[in-house]
Amino acid sequence: MSTAPRPLRVGPHALLIEVADTAAAQALHAELLRRREAGALPPVSEIVPAARTVLLDGLADPPALAAEIATWTVPPLPPAEGEPLVVGVRYDGADLAEVAELWQVAEEEVARVHSALEFRVAFCGFAPGFGYLTGLPEELHVPRRATPRTSVPAGSVALAGAYTGVYPRSSPGGWLLIGRTDAVMWDAGRDPAALLVPGRRVRFEVLP
Amino acid sequence: MSALTVVRAGALTTVQDLGRTGLAHLGVPRSGALDGPAHRLANRLVGNPAGHATLETTVNGCAVRVSSPVTVAVTGAPCPVRADGRPVAWGAPVRLPAGAVLDVGTASAGLRGYVAFAGGVDVPPVLGSRSRDLLSGLGPEPLADGAVLPLGAPCGPPAAADAVPSAGPPVGELVLPLVPGPRDDWFAPGTPAALAGGRFRVSPASNRIGLRTEGPALKRTTDGELPSEGMVLGAVQVPPDGHPVVFLADHPTTGGYPVIGVVPESALAGAGQAGAGVVVRFVVARG
Repeated sequence: MSTAPRPLRVGPHALLIEVADTAAAQALHAELLRRREAGALPPVSEIVPAARTVLLDGLADPPALAAEIATWTVPPLPPAEGEPLVVGVRYDGADLAEVAELWQVAEEEVARVHSALEFRVAFCGFAPGFGYLTGLPEELHVPRRATPRTSVPAGSVALAGAYTGVYPRSSPGGWLLIGRTDAVMWDAGRDPAALLVPGRRVRFEVLP
Repeated sequence: MSALTVVRAGALTTVQDLGRTGLAHLGVPRSGALDGPAHRLANRLVGNPAGHATLETTVNGCAVRVSSPVTVAVTGAPCPVRADGRPVAWGAPVRLPAGAVLDVGTASAGLRGYVAFAGGVDVPPVLGSRSRDLLSGLGPEPLADGAVLPLGAPCGPPAAADAVPSAGPPVGELVLPLVPGPRDDWFAPGTPAALAGGRFRVSPASNRIGLRTEGPALKRTTDGELPSEGMVLGAVQVPPDGHPVVFLADHPTTGGYPVIGVVPESALAGAGQAGAGVVVRFVVARG
């Protein structure tokens, strides 16, 4: 199914382009990056993908671009090329038992199930370098904790709703913790500073 | 090397420049001076380009000792300025001798002062900016008593004195133009227009992340949750409690509450200067 992207005005210099779902947002994001690379997009300061939208900020003439985008046919995401980024995880998170119960599997099965999936960074937010990774099938979606933790350790691998995320640094958080990685998710001195950038494919590997 | 030593850090003094753009997709807020025109003017008065870093003070100013002779200027919220105890000009270049203490006093109106030094505050940039981002903790720590910050080499003579293009802090009432959307359809028709009624006041919980308001709660007509979407500077987000928040420089890059309208960036300097209790009117404007 392909519905035309719906551009919404956001103040004098931005457009929020709404599509049907996260897969469509990822496809639109890839198309916008392709067009920018090809010089086929007017100058823009930010391209921010999210769950069902892509925000374009810093536009000189949003209505002109809105009219053009409404006529676009966005191709589906191109087939994955190359190998995904592999992130090693010790699956010993504080909420492992709760996730196992929600998934109706044994506790030690969580690692096997989660590490067998391939994920994709749909968007970032919450903190620099915090990626929202899609790839969990619907039956594995889990709720957030009713009461968020005041401090979640850096490197925690966690689940909420449709998403997997990795806390780039210690912060409060309400996601269910399934494990921990030593991978440095965020380093302001590195380029790119974030390990998980939108569009990146990711696989998790079980560490003993 | 020229440096300044913090004698009195003040309530909240941070290093600010024009902020970080182009990284919102990684979750990095824009940050930068809240009162952009005042920051630019301070730089201009001491001969700096607009992007040099200044100190942004909050309410009660700060005091610093300079190690070498340097030209400084204080703009933004009007306040008394002293050099080694003697009154000197606000909003104009002032030449300090080596070892002098510059004391930026308590604002008589508005909240945020900008202190520019010829050559700029030369802390190492992080992701292309020296701004302290209070949401994500990027950039140099807020000033603390005794801290030493390097100053850069002056790049030229100060600009000739000219007209001061500053609207000044809002007095009693903050009028913000509001371009409705993208989620004004989550509220009853006419809600954006009703925001002009002057029933909102600036909440004391406001900060560099957002100007929070107190007043009647806005009611949604759409149930359900909004999936996270990208947020712009000046977005007026309405959380479940119904009290609009105007996103300022350190705002989160994505959010899950509906944005009823956007205040254009050119009108946000006043929002950065409006203290608790100031009446807020949103006047519908077409983008």
